[in-house]
Amino acid sequence: MLEQLEQIYQEAQVSLAAAASSEALHEWESRTIGKKGAVTLLLRSTGQLPKEERAAFGKRANEVKELLDAAFAERETQIKEIELIRSLESGQVDITLPGRAHPVGGLHPSTQTLRELYHIWADMGFQVFRSRDVEDDDTNFTLLNIPEHHPARDMWDTFYTTTPGVILRTHTSPGQIRAMRELGENGTQPIRVILPGMCYRYEQITSRSEMQFHQLEGLVIGRNIRMSDLKGTITAFARRMFGAKAAVRFRASYFPFTEPSMEIDVECFLCGGQGCKVCKYAGWLEISGAGMVHPTVLRNGGYDPSVWSGFAFGMGPERMTMLKHRISDIRYFWGNDLRFLEQF
Amino acid sequence: MQVPLSWLRDYVDIDIPVEALAERLTLAGLEVGAITYLGIPQGHVPGIRWPKSDHLVWDRDKIVLGAIREVKPHPDADRLVIAMVDYGGTELEATVTGAPNLFEYRGKGPLDRPLWSPFAKEGAEVWDGHSDEPKRMILKEKKLRGIPNRCMVCSEKELGLADSHEGILLLEHSAAYVPGTPLQDVLGDVVLTVELTPNLARCFSILGVAREVAALLDKPLRLPSFEVLMEGAGIAGEVAIDIREADLNPRFTLTLLRGVTIRPSPQWLQRRLQSVGQRPINNVVDVTNYITFEIGQPLHAFDFDKLKARVGGAMPTIITRLAQAGERLHTLDEVERELDAHNILVCDTQGILSLGGVIGGAETEISDSTQNVLLEAASWNFINIRRTMQSQKVFTDAGTRFSRGVHPSQALLGVRRGIELMRQSGGGQVAQGVLDVYPRPAPQVNVDLPIREVHRLLGMELDVMTIANLLMRLGFGVTVQDNLLHVRVPDYRMDISADPIIGQADLIEEIARIYGYDRIPDTIMADAMPPQWNNTALEREERARDVLVSLGLRENISYRLTTPEREALLLPMPAAAPEYVTLANPLTPDRAVLRRTLLVNLLENALANTRHSARQMIFEIGSVYLKRADSPLPDEPRRLSVLLSGERQTADWTGQAVAGTLDFFDLKGMVDGLLDGLHIKGATYERSSHPSLHPGRAANVLLKGAALGDFGELHPIVTGRFELAGAPVLVAEFDLEALLGAMEPNYGTNPLPTTPPVLQDVALVVKEDTTAAAVEAVIVKAGGNLLKAVRLFDVYRGEPIPAGHKSLAYNLVYQADDRTLTDTEVAKVHQKIVKTCERELSATLRA
Ligand SMILES: [Zn+2]
Repeated sequence: MLEQLEQIYQEAQVSLAAAASSEALHEWESRTIGKKGAVTLLLRSTGQLPKEERAAFGKRANEVKELLDAAFAERETQIKEIELIRSLESGQVDITLPGRAHPVGGLHPSTQTLRELYHIWADMGFQVFRSRDVEDDDTNFTLLNIPEHHPARDMWDTFYTTTPGVILRTHTSPGQIRAMRELGENGTQPIRVILPGMCYRYEQITSRSEMQFHQLEGLVIGRNIRMSDLKGTITAFARRMFGAKAAVRFRASYFPFTEPSMEIDVECFLCGGQGCKVCKYAGWLEISGAGMVHPTVLRNGGYDPSVWSGFAFGMGPERMTMLKHRISDIRYFWGNDLRFLEQF
Repeated sequence: MQVPLSWLRDYVDIDIPVEALAERLTLAGLEVGAITYLGIPQGHVPGIRWPKSDHLVWDRDKIVLGAIREVKPHPDADRLVIAMVDYGGTELEATVTGAPNLFEYRGKGPLDRPLWSPFAKEGAEVWDGHSDEPKRMILKEKKLRGIPNRCMVCSEKELGLADSHEGILLLEHSAAYVPGTPLQDVLGDVVLTVELTPNLARCFSILGVAREVAALLDKPLRLPSFEVLMEGAGIAGEVAIDIREADLNPRFTLTLLRGVTIRPSPQWLQRRLQSVGQRPINNVVDVTNYITFEIGQPLHAFDFDKLKARVGGAMPTIITRLAQAGERLHTLDEVERELDAHNILVCDTQGILSLGGVIGGAETEISDSTQNVLLEAASWNFINIRRTMQSQKVFTDAGTRFSRGVHPSQALLGVRRGIELMRQSGGGQVAQGVLDVYPRPAPQVNVDLPIREVHRLLGMELDVMTIANLLMRLGFGVTVQDNLLHVRVPDYRMDISADPIIGQADLIEEIARIYGYDRIPDTIMADAMPPQWNNTALEREERARDVLVSLGLRENISYRLTTPEREALLLPMPAAAPEYVTLANPLTPDRAVLRRTLLVNLLENALANTRHSARQMIFEIGSVYLKRADSPLPDEPRRLSVLLSGERQTADWTGQAVAGTLDFFDLKGMVDGLLDGLHIKGATYERSSHPSLHPGRAANVLLKGAALGDFGELHPIVTGRFELAGAPVLVAEFDLEALLGAMEPNYGTNPLPTTPPVLQDVALVVKEDTTAAAVEAVIVKAGGNLLKAVRLFDVYRGEPIPAGHKSLAYNLVYQADDRTLTDTEVAKVHQKIVKTCERELSATLRA
């Protein structure tokens, strides 16, 4: 029996080395060291041997079993490694094939810019006040210090409705009057709001001008609001919107409802102020019109201009979006072509 | 407005580069839109950027002032002559030219007085005068009919001064001219294009701009002369003035020039008019234009003899009055005008002479035979002139200035300077005296300005003398009394208000402007912040946008103007049109009224996109406009609309895309997703009778009995009208306020279960008209609190289910919060559900 054991051991070592796959290995296992394997069966039959041979055989049989167990474990590790490498090799895909398309939603670029503006202004304590699109002539013009037939009216080409005195707002500024009258409590409360909204102008639609566009107006009313505050506030805004190093320039200008009035330019963030096509080689981009609230407007909003003062500014989200993303045609905004919208 | 630097320099010394001047003007509110260089090179000032100019620069050595001493005939060509040009060299240069304006001097021998002309030497760069396209050329020696020629006497076109090429440019003789002087120093100039905002009426003249330049550069202003040599018999008794509407015509002045000769204006005057875009006509008309541009006071010249002839040689009376119904006037621009009642007119006793302040009538205009000129300078109400220009659709240089405001004081200055310039160029004698009727003298405006107001509004401490000086630079009269400035407003500053508070604000703007906005500090608001509040409406609206985007939808923003006809397409059956907010002046017929729905926008957007996109999943949030009976202003409620159409999933190379087109249940899933995302619980669906929707595939979303909106498949008739036929079009329209109002911001949550769930399926056969919602309601009620979830996973019709019936199969999840359920417990509840369905729905368990 001992001879039989040694023979089985020799053969088992050879056949283990020859086992090249998990299946062959497990076949070897059950044939050799499994429950019904040759070694196991031999071990179990130790009792049939004469008493004096039992100890020696048992010792050797256990030795063989342990050696084969160890050899099996080693071989198993080897084969698993080989098989893993093989499976990784055969599992390659062409990673240049296109991915599966999933529907991706998205916000309109104007909404994205408006939200950016809301966030920046909210951080500075400006809250959103919404005002109506269809306005009366008084609120859109007269109360803003733009009397009927005044040459300043030439600054806005207006859509009139068939109801006399009712127009589509040409700017968000009438919201100043509405905000002052609604929030000011008869000229006794400070105000700090932004007024976003759609505005309308009787203008031919071209790549540069639209009949409908968003505006975002800001209004601050307080007992001690100065032009230096306007400058500081706009400069802080520009740094948030256009970068910490954005240079800002204030040019005198004219709006009937502010005095002093100004246009605000930011150093062109596309060329760093060196001059490019977008900034028309001036190095500056116009981003806002602003000024100190005109005494007449303060009065019309219920405030005493000798005590109260304020500033206002207006900016165009579409224009800002166009500058930022080099959009050449403003008509893309309301065209809603998916090929445009999907770029945002 | 065009501002030639050479003209501006008549009134103020400018000692900074023109690019720096343009920058100063721009920062001070006179925006320089363009700088046009004539012959001289563009300058470069550090820190100031202008677009690179590609104009022709006249080389200082090669393009010079030439003196033509003699014009010789060309031996072999009748159409050419040889100009002998002194260009400052040792010999005369024989220059062949075909300029017709030299032919009259041909063969006359040496000229007594040279002809001055720009002279370009060999190698000079000029514009090609014979090319129709702008084309540059370099002068090279070549033979012209046998005579070698290397230089050129130049036309305006060749120098880039004008487009004409009718001869060489001959300059009027001046004793100061020296041959060989670089042409840059003689004709070189720079023209600034200044954009004037409506408040800058005072700058609508070269003198007005010069005043700003003087203030900005702190230089004295040199006024032109308003002296007149009056040697003729007095104007009194020659003509009378009768102002009938003093508010509209506060002043009217007249001067008379007798014995004038009508001829071309002197070259300097013609050149100046050309430099501001005016065409010279004759010495009288040119002066009226010149004064308009020089000091901003428009003038009007009458042929005095024609005026007299109209009244049979008697004394004419100039009457200014409003137009009467039906009156007509044939104006200088050859238009026969029907006048409006608000038009102010200049008339005589025989009829209308001109549309006051705007345009003259043809009958009494200056002609070549005019001998006596009656010159008018008047002032007009600017609002009224603007109305007239708009109603008559006539826009003239005079009207544009009057419509922005010209102070009555300017009339007297204009009529004096005008008549003197006419006398200087046309001869004759000016009648003594100015006929001046001034029924409404403009009040002197004075403003008291405490310097604390300057500090209060600018946020910067300027001392009283600095402030006084800034104002005086602009021509304000200032008296300082401690910390108070008494400011006397000059008459040309009509923009400074007499209202004490507004006048102060007007002056503070001037102080800031001249001081420089860039020198005012940046500060942080020290004022108390107003109370802060949550903007719930906006936050919720933005949340709705985010939820829709997360569902894969693209936001659209559309034109809010449409037509009633397009919105009527949404109604399969004809119906009475609702009332629209309608434009009185639509830009185009397809944008005539404000929308009452977003659906037309989304349908049109989808249609446009179907040409290149196989799937439309879009939404829009925005206002609609509903007219009110009790108010002129409409309601502007906001809506939320969704449109789905096309392929559920775009096909790809894997071939595993979910087949089919988007249908009702895709949209319903979106609606559920929207409501879930907004934490709106308990919404129910009912069949909707929305007229635009398929009657069998339309639902109304209700919350506690109140409608939130409708959704469903678009009615096939409507789909067809929008040319979207092919795939079903799914649309939803919600009342945004109602939807956002239903949001529960403090929604509760459930704890995570700690016990294992038990899953069981049940398939129930019910009648066809039993709704899924009804079945689910019974299951939920019967399941009690051990039933945690119900999910429909199959709907089946056909064998072996009897006709008129359907099978609904559900996954049911049983779970107790506090213990693991036993089989017996689950079986009991499950049995109860089946029994209840059998009893209440006549359902049977599917075998
Ligand atoms: Zn740039």
